[in-house]
Amino acid sequence: MSDRRDIDQVTGAETTGHVWDDDIKELNKPLPRWWLLTFYACILWAVGYWIAYPAWPTLTGYTKGTLGYSQRQVVAREVAAASEAQGGLRAQIASLPLADILKNPDLSRFADAAGRAAFAENCAPCHGRGAQGASGYPNLRDDDWLWGGKPEDILQTLRYGIRSEHKQTRVSQMPRFGLDNLLDDKQIFDVAEYVLSISGGTIAKDAAARGALIFKEQCAVCHGDDGKGKLEQGAPNLTDQIWLYGNTIDAIVTSIRTGRGGVMPAWEGRLDPVTLKALAVYVHSLGGGQ
Amino acid sequence: MNHDIFEKNSLILLIGILIVVSIGGLVQIAPLFWVDSTIEQVRGMRPYTPLEQAGRDIYVREGCYNCHSQMIRTLRDEVERYGHYSLAAESMYDHPFQWGSKRTGPDLARVGGKYSDQWHADHLTDPRSLVRESIMPGYPWLAAAPLRTDDIKPKLQTLRLVGVPYTDAMIESAERDLKAQINPESRAARELLTRYPKAKIVLFEQRATKEPSEMDALVAYLQILGQMVDFATFDASGPNLR
Repeated sequence: MSDRRDIDQVTGAETTGHVWDDDIKELNKPLPRWWLLTFYACILWAVGYWIAYPAWPTLTGYTKGTLGYSQRQVVAREVAAASEAQGGLRAQIASLPLADILKNPDLSRFADAAGRAAFAENCAPCHGRGAQGASGYPNLRDDDWLWGGKPEDILQTLRYGIRSEHKQTRVSQMPRFGLDNLLDDKQIFDVAEYVLSISGGTIAKDAAARGALIFKEQCAVCHGDDGKGKLEQGAPNLTDQIWLYGNTIDAIVTSIRTGRGGVMPAWEGRLDPVTLKALAVYVHSLGGGQ
Repeated sequence: MNHDIFEKNSLILLIGILIVVSIGGLVQIAPLFWVDSTIEQVRGMRPYTPLEQAGRDIYVREGCYNCHSQMIRTLRDEVERYGHYSLAAESMYDHPFQWGSKRTGPDLARVGGKYSDQWHADHLTDPRSLVRESIMPGYPWLAAAPLRTDDIKPKLQTLRLVGVPYTDAMIESAERDLKAQINPESRAARELLTRYPKAKIVLFEQRATKEPSEMDALVAYLQILGQMVDFATFDASGPNLR
């Protein structure tokens, strides 16, 4: 490297002073001053950042920074502030019984909106975006309820689930009449025909008549003598046109054979008590609340 | 400044680069091995059961991570949607972890226990039968595919090599534990629960045989996600402050 400044004739700019192959030189074009200053400013900023925020590992831990910044505290504060901004409505929902919430227009409107949001995230995958249900997952818009459609009933189902892992879960188990050989295939078919007949769907009258006797012995305990079901057992009404697994003879035979029973998870612990109440209000408002 | 020597001798340049890069590595990586606060104080973490681990391998095989992350960030919207933010400790036995930042589908870090086993089986077989607007592909072959069980023992042994604390007893009974997790009333299932607390026995209708299918494994894995840490005892202050 040469100390003497070497100026290129054509451009008038300084070269690096190095010569290749007798006459090839490289222009020395330093970085623009504004760029360099920005670069140095960034380095200074980094030093300030190290001082203010958690940065360097040490032998026993790490430098905590003078601002005491913590992601975990920030998010906790943000959640608390958002709750605060809801003007005590959450606190009122937490303390009042559902009947009072429903009577208060402000509270029920708030609960309805909160419930709608929570429903879309947590409930819609099974019960559908519009709560219309799917095969095996009940429609929540009609007035047919397996475990009760009063606000308190809905809240209990939400909190503890159905056949869930929670100790206080709602639970009932239909026997597996076919798999456990409680009834033979012909008997199951007869009962299925009878079940269709009480909702006005059968044409095999003989089979239905035979099925009626079996129904009285085996099924009436839970579904009632008239087949209208019992809420406390979660036993569905068999006389209406609302079917969880479909109203074909095959679907009914499968239900009797395998003793179907859906599972709803318990939401207590996963969702906070206010959200659970809001969900109960929302589900109750969907159309068929009792 | 004389750097002719670096420019003219490639070997010296290489050694120089190595030294500079090592300093960066030492400062950034080395402290992770001795700083206590690297590892959070949590209760409840345990290695995956053999069935869950097999399910995890299917999760990775099918590329679920291409659309689903497993990391709830410390942001209000995420915490309110998915639940408690994820802890590093929750993926301490994941090799490799499934954090990710691309979400075509929702985050799955706390999907465990959110839906029933039946729902997962139905949904994996045909997502649109339950969620009309879903763009997730179906995985109908999983329920029909028998799960390979003869390789579970070496899998656990390999994981132990990289630091997952499987005990000798766990490895010895790996295949039995794997099959026990789909048989709720067996004695083996009770033993499984003593070795792996909170393990969920998988139950859904489509099971064709008594042997576990790939669907069983995947559902078992999904149902434990985010469920191990006992958040009632978790304190986000003191050594756990981040």
